[in-house]
Amino acid sequence: MGNNDAKKSGGSSFFAELTRNQLFIPMAALLLLLVFNLIMDPGFFKITLGYNSAGYPVLSGFLITILDSGSELAILAIGMTLVTAATGGQDISVGAAIAISGSVLLRMLCGTNTRPETLVMPVILAFLITCVVAMLFGAFNGTLVAVFGIQPMIATLILYTAGRSIAAWVNNNELPIITEPSFAYYGNYIPGCPIPTPFFIAMICVVVIALILKFTTLRLYTQAVGINEYSAKLNGLNPVFIKILSFVILGLCVAVVGLIKVSRFSTINYSVIAKDIEMDAILAVALGGNALSGGKFNMTASIIGAYVIQCLTTTLYKFDVQADALPAYKAVVVIVLVVLSAPIVREKLAKLMPKSGNREVA
Amino acid sequence: MKKKLVSALVCAAMVATMVVGCGGGDTQTDAPAADAGTEAPADSAAEDATPADDAATDAEDAAPAASGEMLSIGIINNDPNESGYRTANVRNLEETFSEENGYVTQTFYGKENDKQVEAAQKMIQDGVDYLLISAADVAGWDTVLQDAQDAGVRVLLYDRIVNADESLYEAGVVSDMAKEGETAVAWLEKQGLEKYEIIHLQGLMGAAAQVGRSEALTAAAAEKGWTLVTQQTAEWNAEKAQQIVQSVIDSGKTFNVIYAENDDMAKGAVAALDKANISHGVGKDVIVMGFDCNKWALEELKAGNWNYDGQCNPFQGEMLAELIQKIESGETLPEKLIYMEEKGFDATEITQEEIDQFGI
Repeated sequence: MGNNDAKKSGGSSFFAELTRNQLFIPMAALLLLLVFNLIMDPGFFKITLGYNSAGYPVLSGFLITILDSGSELAILAIGMTLVTAATGGQDISVGAAIAISGSVLLRMLCGTNTRPETLVMPVILAFLITCVVAMLFGAFNGTLVAVFGIQPMIATLILYTAGRSIAAWVNNNELPIITEPSFAYYGNYIPGCPIPTPFFIAMICVVVIALILKFTTLRLYTQAVGINEYSAKLNGLNPVFIKILSFVILGLCVAVVGLIKVSRFSTINYSVIAKDIEMDAILAVALGGNALSGGKFNMTASIIGAYVIQCLTTTLYKFDVQADALPAYKAVVVIVLVVLSAPIVREKLAKLMPKSGNREVA
Repeated sequence: MKKKLVSALVCAAMVATMVVGCGGGDTQTDAPAADAGTEAPADSAAEDATPADDAATDAEDAAPAASGEMLSIGIINNDPNESGYRTANVRNLEETFSEENGYVTQTFYGKENDKQVEAAQKMIQDGVDYLLISAADVAGWDTVLQDAQDAGVRVLLYDRIVNADESLYEAGVVSDMAKEGETAVAWLEKQGLEKYEIIHLQGLMGAAAQVGRSEALTAAAAEKGWTLVTQQTAEWNAEKAQQIVQSVIDSGKTFNVIYAENDDMAKGAVAALDKANISHGVGKDVIVMGFDCNKWALEELKAGNWNYDGQCNPFQGEMLAELIQKIESGETLPEKLIYMEEKGFDATEITQEEIDQFGI
């Protein structure tokens, strides 16, 4: 009897520990999706090595599509997690800011000619200028939030509304098209490499942010400001600077995503590029189990959350779910997450598991 | 302590208001009201005029002198950034109703219906002769159109028709989206393929262009036994279109036609085909069809990478000018709805002249 009891409580404590881990929610969601696909059609996991029309080898399959298309979201999730943690709010101008970044990038590469034979400047230089512009827009958002104390969603509403018009204005309402084939490498494939480039770019961003979080005080400071701004201030931190910094980092992420997006088709469409991507980025943060009210965060969980969302999107496409119904499915996920993280539900859940609850107290 | 501070503040505030009040009283009592009266309209006029190009506002100032021979036109359109179609449409109207052509024009561009209605009211007050409207939304135009009629302003609708009594406007110049779809489907049928396995990429659901272009294909598929491998909305978005076609390819389904309801989505589909090394275009495995006739799309056609592009004609200016001349010379317009002539371009027949003339 006693033995049995101990086993039981051991099992439930293991379960409790598992659910307490922040990686639990995104990993469980990912596992759920993958198992669902395995049961419905194992072809989901098939990866084939083929050749594209230019004769270079490329990998293809649903998993590759997820890694490819999820890259932008993963990069944005990095910046969005920091903004969420520091300010307790979200930036909804990300999509519009990507339109601006892409437009600036094209303007730099094309000059005033919308169909250049050769690029006006090297891509790397144009990209650096784009980074500066995107970070300035980030700093603008950050200043509104940190200095003027405006709600992040309201502050970023300005760019959300005006951004796409600004993007069109940057290029005089023209749609530049770049014919130079090497520009397409960033959003597609480098000849000879069968893995899509966006995945590599996303991995570089992930490694960079991992190193920054490990070797600098960014994580500590951001969390301190997010948990309690005043005590952070009393401890000698500058909350205004930390908040603006988080928006500037998001701006940098936006510039990288802008490069990938524009490179995918070597052109831009101001009204639809990266449309509604901010909602997916916020969802990635939420799916990562991060509190949308700020404070502690788990970067790995957010990034996995981003790929989970892409996995959901790709799965729904596979089963011919109408694309305009996708937001409804995502809404269901959001509702479940928000309800689960509500204090009342947590209390009820804790009561359902009295044993593990007691152990916690003890 | 606190209470004292509050009361001191309140006292200070009261004194301040009295001083200010007296200051106002010293000047003529009517003055502030009159100021407000003249300033407000001037302000709003300035605001409304900003979207219009400077030439138009300059011309407006000069209007009274030249109003004998110049017709004054108010143009209301949607946001030029909305799409390539809209940009071409806005440019075409501006070019047609220019000063050189004998028109004094004021313009308003906005994506919100109520702002458009406001601008229309203002133009009616300014006493324009003609009001040209492409409404953002079909509803909410009855009152302002009635006002226009009462003020003797003639209204021509273009591009989009509103839900209002037909007697309130002279005519509407529009694209026949259903016919665009029918033309494209007729072309597709003429290709005489052994089997029709079609990927149907739809526009934003509910948009007039989507409804018209989808209806024809859905009907033809049901009637002639064509297979719709997938019928999905990519919301005019190249990237979504790429993901949808990618998904079909990854599933291993076969197809030989891509029917995309705009050029962007066709481009997205082609990117997925290229990646999977599926040949497309004239005499190849997959037929690619697009709409809107962007210049770059017509160039793809000429290069043989695509097969068909259906026109959605944004050049309504000439037709509108013609109608205005007819009304001015006292003719009656035969029809309320006038459809633009719209072509479908075949990759095997398209010429460089056509690209220059019809590309937007």
